[in-house]
Amino acid sequence: MDSLPIDWSPLFVSFKTSVVATAIAFLFGVVAARLVLQLRGRTQAILDGVFTLPMVLPPTVLGFFLLVFFGRNSPIGRLLMEIGIRIIFSWEATVIAAAVVAFPLIYKTVRASFEQIDPTVLQAARTLGLPEYLIFFRIMIPMAWPGAAAGSILGFARALGEFGATLMIAGNIPGRTQTIPIAIFFSAEGGHMDLALMWVLIIVAISFSVIIAMNLLGRRKG
Amino acid sequence: MSNKIQSRILLSSILSLSLSASTFAATPKTEIIVSAAASLTETMNELIEMYKKVKPDVTITPTYGSSGSLQQQIEQGAPVDIFISASPKQVDALAKQGLILKDTRKNIVENKVVLIVPKSTKGITQFADAATDKIKQIALGEPSSVPVGQYSEEIFTALGILDKVKPKAVYAKDVRQVLTYVEMGEVDAGIVYATDAAISKKVTVIATAPEGTHKPVIYPAAVVKTSAQPQVAKAFLTWLSSAEASKVFVRYGFTVVQ
Repeated sequence: MDSLPIDWSPLFVSFKTSVVATAIAFLFGVVAARLVLQLRGRTQAILDGVFTLPMVLPPTVLGFFLLVFFGRNSPIGRLLMEIGIRIIFSWEATVIAAAVVAFPLIYKTVRASFEQIDPTVLQAARTLGLPEYLIFFRIMIPMAWPGAAAGSILGFARALGEFGATLMIAGNIPGRTQTIPIAIFFSAEGGHMDLALMWVLIIVAISFSVIIAMNLLGRRKG
Repeated sequence: MSNKIQSRILLSSILSLSLSASTFAATPKTEIIVSAAASLTETMNELIEMYKKVKPDVTITPTYGSSGSLQQQIEQGAPVDIFISASPKQVDALAKQGLILKDTRKNIVENKVVLIVPKSTKGITQFADAATDKIKQIALGEPSSVPVGQYSEEIFTALGILDKVKPKAVYAKDVRQVLTYVEMGEVDAGIVYATDAAISKKVTVIATAPEGTHKPVIYPAAVVKTSAQPQVAKAFLTWLSSAEASKVFVRYGFTVVQ
């Protein structure tokens, strides 16, 4: 069985998925952080709770919700089928699952970075007549950048390691949705321990480099 | 928190801990763990219920999964007493490693392999349709770990269309996941055992795999070497071949091996 050539597709699927998912999670994370920043009291707490939820829920719960939301038996699922888009068992589903789990990590670190910005700097900009959107792009984002970058790296690592929700909505399709964690699971189950070990070492190496990169980035900011 | 409340909480914690400790030390029933192929889930549950009347002092704990996963667990030392696989391959592998009691090995039942589609689907008539556009995505058991996935590959190889079918496959971790994928309508078709299709109301059986297109679906059972209760396990295995147990197997659609 192991005389077959190694199928490297999980590496490419995982890489493509994690990069795209992190980019999407970053966009949504920055927008969400900015939004929550302006809220107060209960609204802020509730919205923050909703945004943080994917981080504390078990991935199978997330998978369940995504399945019910995008599946054939839901109104959204049916609508998408009408226009020819099928989410379940598609590569897009791996991106959705990975983005959903990466999002809270990025949202939280970006929000913390925004909150650390000295408010007097922003007030000074306002008194000088700078419009809000320029304050956001020219001042807030550059000042929050090191923290946001660290958060994105963490989000990337999480997206890379996503398994439960991915398996539920994207399934195990070699070359399309079979990410490295899914490949590990199925090769271990099938008794191909050498193959499973190879993928385990690869993902440990990648994740480890990611953590080191994050630490170096953090030190430069301090 | 006031001192009075604190001491009350402490007292009740100590009380409940000692109560649970005493029940823990109470006389244990004889317990055995049976790892059975996922396709046997309802059947085995019913048989275990029946066995409670035959041997009330024996508690049987079932665990179900793909035969490959169960084999892995036993290899890694899981405390299983009896293993029932949906294919001889997994039991052979364990036998080679000396992990089963060879003289307890017995073929219990046989099954058939069928092609199923979601209830509302029309137009698919045979296994060969998997090579055409009629079936764009098909759910199959993952061949290395799921016996029905093995049999599916054998069938498509016999029909000469394995290469056309592979790109359309979604691989499931056990036969019941294949069934669920088809029930949900997320795939156009799937291959499961006749007994799984019989349990579901949401799928239609299109065809049964012809004789000779795959290895016979044989379910061997054996007592695991490291079993702590080999006599109890052997007794249950023997009972599985009894007339009353056979009736249950037949009712679910299995063929009993004489």
